[in-house]
Amino acid sequence: MASPKKTSGPVIKELVVINRLGIHARPAALFVKVSSKFQSSITVEKDGEQINGKSIMGLMMLAAGLGARLTLIIDGPDAEAALRELEELFKNKFNED
Amino acid sequence: MRIEITGETAGDEHAMERTFRGIGVSPGVARGRVYVFSMAEEVVPEYDITAEQIAQEISRFEQALVLTREQLHEIQKAIASGVGSSAPSSILDVHLSITEDPAMIEPVITRLGTEKKNVEFIFHGVARKYVSTLQALPDEFFRERAVDVQDVGRRILRNLLGKEHRGPRDLPPDTIIIAHDLIPSDTSSIDRDSVRGFATDVGSHTSHTAILARSMNLPAIVGLHDVSKHVHDGQLAILDGYEGILIVEPSEQTLFVYGQIEVKRQNVEDRLATLRDLPAQTLDGHRIILSGNIELPEDVPGLLDTGAEGIGLFRTEFLYLGNEFPTEEQQYQKYLEVARAVKPHSVIIRTLDLGGDKFQSDGSAPMEANPFLGFRAIRFCLAHPEVFEAQLRAILRASAEGNVKIMYPMICNVTEVIQANEILSQVEDDLRTRGVPFDEKIHVGTMMEVPSAALTAELIAKEVDFFSIGTNDLIQYTMALDRLNERVANLYEPTHPAILRLIRNCVESAHNNNIWCGVCGQIAGDPIYAPLLIGMGLDELSVDASSLSRVKEVVRRLTHKEAQELAAAALHATSGREVLAMLNALIQRIDPDLLN
Repeated sequence: MASPKKTSGPVIKELVVINRLGIHARPAALFVKVSSKFQSSITVEKDGEQINGKSIMGLMMLAAGLGARLTLIIDGPDAEAALRELEELFKNKFNED
Repeated sequence: MRIEITGETAGDEHAMERTFRGIGVSPGVARGRVYVFSMAEEVVPEYDITAEQIAQEISRFEQALVLTREQLHEIQKAIASGVGSSAPSSILDVHLSITEDPAMIEPVITRLGTEKKNVEFIFHGVARKYVSTLQALPDEFFRERAVDVQDVGRRILRNLLGKEHRGPRDLPPDTIIIAHDLIPSDTSSIDRDSVRGFATDVGSHTSHTAILARSMNLPAIVGLHDVSKHVHDGQLAILDGYEGILIVEPSEQTLFVYGQIEVKRQNVEDRLATLRDLPAQTLDGHRIILSGNIELPEDVPGLLDTGAEGIGLFRTEFLYLGNEFPTEEQQYQKYLEVARAVKPHSVIIRTLDLGGDKFQSDGSAPMEANPFLGFRAIRFCLAHPEVFEAQLRAILRASAEGNVKIMYPMICNVTEVIQANEILSQVEDDLRTRGVPFDEKIHVGTMMEVPSAALTAELIAKEVDFFSIGTNDLIQYTMALDRLNERVANLYEPTHPAILRLIRNCVESAHNNNIWCGVCGQIAGDPIYAPLLIGMGLDELSVDASSLSRVKEVVRRLTHKEAQELAAAALHATSGREVLAMLNALIQRIDPDLLN
């Protein structure tokens, strides 16, 4: 997995979904709640498809199940902090399981 | 998509009595106010707007979104303070998030400019597109979430249309729910205290609406064609579940006639109520177990009120169909609640039977070409051991109460039973190691609902402690007959010679191996079949709460000897019709007014 880059460009990191039911509605809502706190633009990519990480519909459409690999592309002044918090959500299995 | 303009129905219609005929699938008469429950479609007007009106439409949209958010916050507050809705608060977070989603808002604003149509129409289109995209996803857990988008979409739409939003959770008292069709995700959140009956456009005796109504002991009618398009919220209606008649805006005379009929029926009900504490025993002393079917712990008190000797079928899939998948702990709490409530009797908990009709809703694409022959029930559980194990752990923990049994659905061969039992014993080992108490002698049985299992019952009998014949599916699989297809539903024949032979094979195989055999399908609850089933040697009948006392009355007016003679004759009959005639003749003789 790529480590977060500390450059002027966007922060990019690949995360794996480890909660059993994947990013269905509730985890998606949680993701958006966190991502919307940040000023940075947050893009989520799965299998070449990109969606706005502040959109619950977009996240649900990705249908990211257990084991799915998502790439977060975060661009803006608070990108590092946003990545930290979102990564935490993945690690905690979105408080599920 | 079908768009209709509101206000097309004339005001006169409200005052005139109208009668709709369908199939009565749960007995009883209810009087109440109509609530048209439409999960999928709201009637959406469509009209052109001018460029100058765009700003006004955007502002209407914003106001509707603000109002929607306020309503959702209100519900959240109500939940936090412990009153009202039982919806999990986290689902309201999902709904709130959708109302703030740029992917929902921006396309509406863009399309207002390009299409110049009213905002309801545009928004409806955008929401529908998301719903259908979600419904087309390959993973079923994601597909199910389309319900949330539908739900909040409808709320926004109702706010745009200036209509009051009422979910099934906050209904006025004495409501008769009328819908095109009801699926478990709609009904699992229904406010049970307010509902008096159900009526739907489609369905059959075995569809979800019928099962739900019978378990709630409420009258229901299905197969009313397009009644949901002809009635309006708030209309007065009489729902006659005996005759399958729905009367909207009844006249004074009709109300009077129904008042009298209700008195007569009440007399029959009162007579049946006196049987409550008497055993289900024939005149010559042959005793059977008469137990009940439930879907949710809330059904238990109503069932026990009828004098049921325990629960012969607890359909657990309804726990899985709310907005959240239940955790082991949540399941455990439910199973424990039921186990404690039915003591000293026992409860048979059927493991997850998801799939088939339980997931299909009107308008949604079927996820499999043949869901009834597809990936469901034990097949799903054996392929998803983590889901299965969590349920088995929850059931085993509840079995510490000492009165819990496990039953596997849709078994096709003995190998599946052995595989399921292996998983069960692993879960038992794990609990034992951790010192978690459970019933070491827990009884395990199988549903007999697939012909291949019924034909090889003697092989399966060696691996289990009981059989319960699920006649609804057994009939549909044996006769190659889709019970939900109204065009062939009339061919559905419980007395078909093939069905009787399969039942006989199950019973004989069970008894040869010293285990018991029951029936938990629809025919167990229809009193006319009781003499036949008892004569064939069934040890237990598990029925819906609404049928229990009727079945008991027949049992208590019958001799075991005449039941056995009837069964022997029935097994020699050449057609189902011939058998049915015998059954009718017997009932006419022993309990004639039961059929009126």
